[in-house]
Amino acid sequence: MTQPATTPPATPVQPKTNRLGLTRQNYTGSPSTLCPGCGHDSVTSSIITACFEVGIDPQQLIKMSGIGCSSKTPAYFMSQSFAFNSVHGRMPSVATGAMLANTDLKCIGISGDGDTASIGLGQFMHLLRRNVPMVYIIDNNGVYGLTKGQFSATADKGSKLKSGLANDFPPIDCCAMAIELKCSFVARSFSGDNKQLVPLIKAALSHKGTALLDVISPCITFNNHEGSTMSYDSVRAHDIPLHEIGFVPAVEPIKAEFDPGTTKDIELPDGSHIRLKKIDRDYDPTNRIGALDTIEKSRSKGEWLTGLLYIREGEPDYNTLMHLSKTPLAHMSEKELRPSETVLKEIMGELM
Amino acid sequence: MSTQNTNKINDFTIRVATVNGSGSQSANSVLIKSIFYMGIPVAGKNIFPSNIAGLPTWYNIRVSREGYVGMRRDAEILILMNADTFQEDLAQAKPGTVVVFNDKLPQQNMRPDLVYYPMPFNKLVQECCEVSTLRKLVINMIYVGAVAQLLGIDMDKVRHALERQFHNKPKAVELNWKAALCGFEYAKNNVKKNDPYGVLAMDKTTGKIVITGNESAALGALFGGCTVFAWYPITPASSLGESLIDYLAQHRREAEDHQARFAVVQAEDELAALGMAIGAGWAGARAATSTSGPGISLMAEFAGLAYFTEIPVVIFDVQRLGPSTGLPTRTSQGDILFTQFLSHGDTHHLAVIPATPEECFSLSYEAFNLAEEFQTPVFVMSDLDLGMNNWMSDPFTYPKEPFRRGKVLTAEQLEKLGAAGFERYGDPDGDGIPYRTLPGTKHPKAAYFTRGSGHTARATYSEKPEDWKWVLDRIAKKIETAKERLPQPVIEKTSGAKVGLIAYGSTHFALIEARDQLAAQGIKTHYLRIRGLPLNGAVGKFIEECEYVYVVEQNQQGQMMNLMKMNYPALAGRMRSVLHYDGMPIDASNIAQPILKWEGKNL
Ligand SMILES: Cc1ncc(C[n+]2csc(CCOP(=O)(O)OP(=O)(O)O)c2C)c(N)n1
Ligand code: SF4
Ligand SMILES: [Mg+2]
Repeated sequence: MTQPATTPPATPVQPKTNRLGLTRQNYTGSPSTLCPGCGHDSVTSSIITACFEVGIDPQQLIKMSGIGCSSKTPAYFMSQSFAFNSVHGRMPSVATGAMLANTDLKCIGISGDGDTASIGLGQFMHLLRRNVPMVYIIDNNGVYGLTKGQFSATADKGSKLKSGLANDFPPIDCCAMAIELKCSFVARSFSGDNKQLVPLIKAALSHKGTALLDVISPCITFNNHEGSTMSYDSVRAHDIPLHEIGFVPAVEPIKAEFDPGTTKDIELPDGSHIRLKKIDRDYDPTNRIGALDTIEKSRSKGEWLTGLLYIREGEPDYNTLMHLSKTPLAHMSEKELRPSETVLKEIMGELM
Repeated sequence: MSTQNTNKINDFTIRVATVNGSGSQSANSVLIKSIFYMGIPVAGKNIFPSNIAGLPTWYNIRVSREGYVGMRRDAEILILMNADTFQEDLAQAKPGTVVVFNDKLPQQNMRPDLVYYPMPFNKLVQECCEVSTLRKLVINMIYVGAVAQLLGIDMDKVRHALERQFHNKPKAVELNWKAALCGFEYAKNNVKKNDPYGVLAMDKTTGKIVITGNESAALGALFGGCTVFAWYPITPASSLGESLIDYLAQHRREAEDHQARFAVVQAEDELAALGMAIGAGWAGARAATSTSGPGISLMAEFAGLAYFTEIPVVIFDVQRLGPSTGLPTRTSQGDILFTQFLSHGDTHHLAVIPATPEECFSLSYEAFNLAEEFQTPVFVMSDLDLGMNNWMSDPFTYPKEPFRRGKVLTAEQLEKLGAAGFERYGDPDGDGIPYRTLPGTKHPKAAYFTRGSGHTARATYSEKPEDWKWVLDRIAKKIETAKERLPQPVIEKTSGAKVGLIAYGSTHFALIEARDQLAAQGIKTHYLRIRGLPLNGAVGKFIEECEYVYVVEQNQQGQMMNLMKMNYPALAGRMRSVLHYDGMPIDASNIAQPILKWEGKNL
């Protein structure tokens, strides 16, 4: 993470604090042990910025992951939050159980393309179907970084490994699949574009249900060479942002006016807004079929369309569908959980 | 022969052969309940195929004035309704067997040494049921009436059983009652009784309940405070989840808004089911999953994760016959070794082994205490025979002890610990059991990083040899501590006995009977029933006190005996295996016969 060089100020600047009175420092984690330049570290940095700026309570957040370089990253942000680095491809089930147990929690899940689209595809799809309330981030680099660069299921057909070996199979597009499965918040971004990624993460945190962020996050060590469609150069060359994204938190009065002709304003369930300013094409992220069509067409041209691909607010999330009590299950006392002796006697009576 | 032969009163087995899916289940259930309501001990066993409809199925009804409820191979009365198995069922009958059968079945080679009561079921059902589409459903109720007449079962009890069976459907009660009466009348007017079997009212079932092990375990989960239950359907475990859903829906809702104080998830597979339960256990809920063999195989990786990250979770294993798909509708105790060490690396799990419906209830709720107390997976090892069959039982007693939720630190407790905070994987009490915090705890020192990879006592990542060894050894110490707090073996000593019997789970009922049979042959026995794993010292002491022990189990490999040999190598020479593993529930003779042989009593 390179910071722009600045001349040191004469008096030390008080660190900026957010709505909880916390500094950005309160949102950092252990130092990263990933390869310098790994896309995943930039994603981590955007998560820190987003969570700090909107003022996520670290003590209320859980960070869930599977196995992979990407899945290690929860250690690198928000050390005051609980984290669970589970097993390869199975983070969705663990997150589902945790969120059922305590509906007061907020959840960010971090996974890799191997973790999600290869070994974990089944669990991922079922998580989407259930609409588990969480932000699900895929650090997508087209390879298995941690096991040294084999193809994953998101690798493009024809993309080459360092050895020259080409991939013969079509990629799984996690965004298209999520839209197909009625996921109600689907975005794609690029680890190198924090201007786009930070507001997307903020909006995802305000969404009700599963918010999917597929972030192209190059593996500098195993998939950054000529012939790879997921190298930094290739992604930069083919990244086509759909819109400029702005996020207006619920607490701020909406000052900035916008031109409805060029900007789409979408209100999120917590009262915040996401604003999408048109760049050069008209794109309606509330049109499911249109979104699928656009993704399909641009992928066949080798483009990476980035931005908010699909959104639909008002869908019931998993907690609602499960009719869960307002009291989190994990907080219930014995009195609330164990029926009385009379109940047992009645049940026994019916069996006599 | 005369009906006065008191030996044959309240002591015989009825075997009903029908076609799967033909609705015989309710007829058999009414028959059993009628006998039960007469105060006579009775047990039912469903020997069914892995099929929805069309394949043969048998139902055993054992009437036993002595209260023996284990499996019996022999039957004294056959009710044969299935053309496909008719000849085979006859061929296997022992001489003197009473055969009630549908007179439409082709009758070749009818053995002369059986007692036949042919009945025109097809004609009778046309008489007693006007709607032709319903005939298939009530035809079986005709044999209930006929058998009631032949054995002297009180028709008032049959009526009562019908009303309980179809309690919200008066039309169904009347329809079935008409069929039962029809069978009764036919038998009365047309069958000349020529057998000694009959029933006489007793008072041995007063105050008892009839329940399956799976329903009992579901009640254990309800009263044990289980809030998150994730499962994937599989025979013979499904009915556990299904009855839990019913019980939770009735007894675990908020008073005002009826919102749920539970979450039941039908997961996409068993990996996800255990993953969800682990996530919930980590977040502080009492969580469980239920499955059988193939599901247990899928759960291996997650079981190791929960062991090493120290997360409470309860896993119900209703064992069926393996390996592989095996025989899904047949019983076994074949998962003992696999579940003990489930997952790669050095894992060692806690298990409780219920033998009765009452224990399915009490050991299940205890499993939730043990899981939280020791922050580890706890397996509840039931099986198909125990889980799916109906058993007589005393009513369950309400749990006396409050929940034991284990070492969980609150924000206030963390505050008292000051700047140093707590060690998630430490051992401050010297018992191997660490303290944990729950996600959402409002304290800056509450959070920790959970990982299945190497970690230190402070839950930081580590590859250092000494850190790895320390954590793994501390967990082993925790398991050692748990041994004494697991359900202890039940020991029955007999004065003058030299031989010990060791068994566990559903083998218990057959074993009680086998012990009586052995005693009748002059072989006195001690009996130890294992109820918790890993084994603890009490088992070793018992073996030491016996000249030798017979370890009776329903698997091929002598799995429990192998565990015993591992634990008490010096006593290995005293252990003898009695094994039964053909999928049928073990019966007393399966135990008594080999032991008599060992003891030099050839009978
Ligand atoms: C059951 C299982 N199989 C294989 C592995 C080995 N493994 C670890 S990470 C990984 C792939 C990770 O790829 P991805 O999710 O894309 O993460 P990245 O490292 O690229 O960020 C594999 C195959 C494992 N940990 N568990
Ligand atoms: S191997 Fe690739 S994915 Fe893993 S840390 Fe290095 S650059 Fe990142
Ligand atoms: Mg990857």
